Amino acid sequence: MATQLQNLQLRKRLNFGTIAMWVVLIVTTIISLWPMYWLFMTAFTPTQDTVKVPPDLLPVNASIVNFQRLFAQATDYWRWAFNSLVVALSVTLFHVVFDTLAGYGFAKKQFPGRNILFWMILATLMVPDHVTLVPRYIVTRNLGLIDSLWAVVLPATAQVFGIFLMRQYIQTLPSELEDAARIDGCGEFGVFWRVIMPLSAPAIGALSIFIFVRNWNDFFWPLIVLQKSPNYTLPVGVASLQGEFSTDFGIIFAGAALAALPTIVFFLLFQRYFLEGVRMGALKG
Amino acid sequence: MARIAQPSANSQSQSLVWRIRRFLNRYGWGYAFVLPSMFTFVIFTLIPVFWSFIISFQQYNLRTGGKWVGLSNYYLAFTTQSGVFVTALKNTLIYTIITVTANILIGLILASLIQPLGKYAKTFFRAAYYLPAVTSVVIISMTWRWIFNAQWGLLNYLFSLVGLPAVRWLSDPNIALYSIILSTVLTVPATGVVLFSAAMGSIPPDFHEAAELDGAGPIQRWWSITLPLIKPTTLYLVVLYTIASFEVFEKVYIMVPSGVGNSTQTIVTQIYQNGFQQFRYGVAAAQAFILFLIIASVAAIQFRFLQSDIEY
Repeated sequence: MATQLQNLQLRKRLNFGTIAMWVVLIVTTIISLWPMYWLFMTAFTPTQDTVKVPPDLLPVNASIVNFQRLFAQATDYWRWAFNSLVVALSVTLFHVVFDTLAGYGFAKKQFPGRNILFWMILATLMVPDHVTLVPRYIVTRNLGLIDSLWAVVLPATAQVFGIFLMRQYIQTLPSELEDAARIDGCGEFGVFWRVIMPLSAPAIGALSIFIFVRNWNDFFWPLIVLQKSPNYTLPVGVASLQGEFSTDFGIIFAGAALAALPTIVFFLLFQRYFLEGVRMGALKG
Repeated sequence: MARIAQPSANSQSQSLVWRIRRFLNRYGWGYAFVLPSMFTFVIFTLIPVFWSFIISFQQYNLRTGGKWVGLSNYYLAFTTQSGVFVTALKNTLIYTIITVTANILIGLILASLIQPLGKYAKTFFRAAYYLPAVTSVVIISMTWRWIFNAQWGLLNYLFSLVGLPAVRWLSDPNIALYSIILSTVLTVPATGVVLFSAAMGSIPPDFHEAAELDGAGPIQRWWSITLPLIKPTTLYLVVLYTIASFEVFEKVYIMVPSGVGNSTQTIVTQIYQNGFQQFRYGVAAAQAFILFLIIASVAAIQFRFLQSDIEY
């Protein structure tokens, strides 16, 4: 009886529409992942094998020679990676702490000027980064930060999206919990640290992933404010490989693949939080 | 005299201290929580927002500061280098129209297709579509540039397999812009799939069941139940993708580093060149402000057209 039912369902499922659906899904998945595959494939193919017709579609000549050459010839590569790590981690840490603080302040505290301040934040959220590029550069220059990591980190801490996100989230937390903590003798900061922070963990998780990936990948602003190669972040450095090694595709893509690896691993580990973050409106792509 | 006046002055200053203290007691924590994050916000976001408008009316020099020049930056924005900005506007518009349409349609179709799947299959496809989106645009664009390579690129090899002639994807001025567009279209709109899929998942199943009982087929149900109910998501995504497309820069910068004549100029590559290669800050600021006006008005129009009252 059960198998009969299953057979019936199977036959019902295997009609033309279902087959077409799977074909579309699988083909789009292949197209979607192909550049990623090609990136790693080229990274592991010695340069002389990348410039031949027909190209290898499978890694038949795979070797790590490109990576060895990358570390030998692109001597700043680890500096770039270190810079990117410093930038992404410090900006993320800043936003986790201060956006949660501000989000709590805006969500639960009353004080004169609160609404004006919050509307200002919302309004600047609507102005694209590219619009304020020139004055931001002049401010950064006047502060003497050009060509240092501060020039990348400090403007990145000024992004207000996290404040908005945290405020929206903390607003949904019941105030009774805070009151209970106060009655139990918690100070104001204790309430924040012991009640608000732990309860905000899901939002903080999504926010920190978003901030980290965004700043790890950020290109345009670092391109403008960083000038000497040892000060580059990874995306700027990797882009400069194109100019330096022109048709040495092996070495270029060894550098690119290695730079892409952290966010890919990060995504595979924390996939659920990523997709949650997208739904909270945090990620673009 | 002094002895009489003193207590009153004392009590007045006491009351001022008392009032400040009361104010801080009542509101101090609010400010303490909010103000730390306002510091860099004011310096690197708030001031630049107003300043970008001011600089667009100035001739700005890093050493001597700004000199008012009226509207001449806006005139120069369109006329400098024999009006390349007009070409840039046109290219950006073409890029935006094609990629936004494709992104919305592809996102909608893929989200609809994964909707009936089981939990694990759904998660798998969402993740597969999302993976390229966590990778830097720079790296993805470098890979596309390599795929488009006229001599050794994968695409021309595939063309040769089916007997088509080799194409100079990124060096032919008539084609380069469309190659960049193609690379965007062939990248699955990950956010679109995830958000559409979430919106479709939140439609109460009784709606579909009721329509099914009334004899509506799957396509009819999709058209008259799913589509209208996910309209807010569609609106949000259209605005999101439009803004992102108007700001296209990295792809162009990486895929055609030296440009193909002016055929791949976009609004932001113009801002970049005027501001950070020619150091004409005023002109760059004027073009940036024009970009802002375009984005704001397009977003406003899209809201008007796509907005509708949805209740369920």
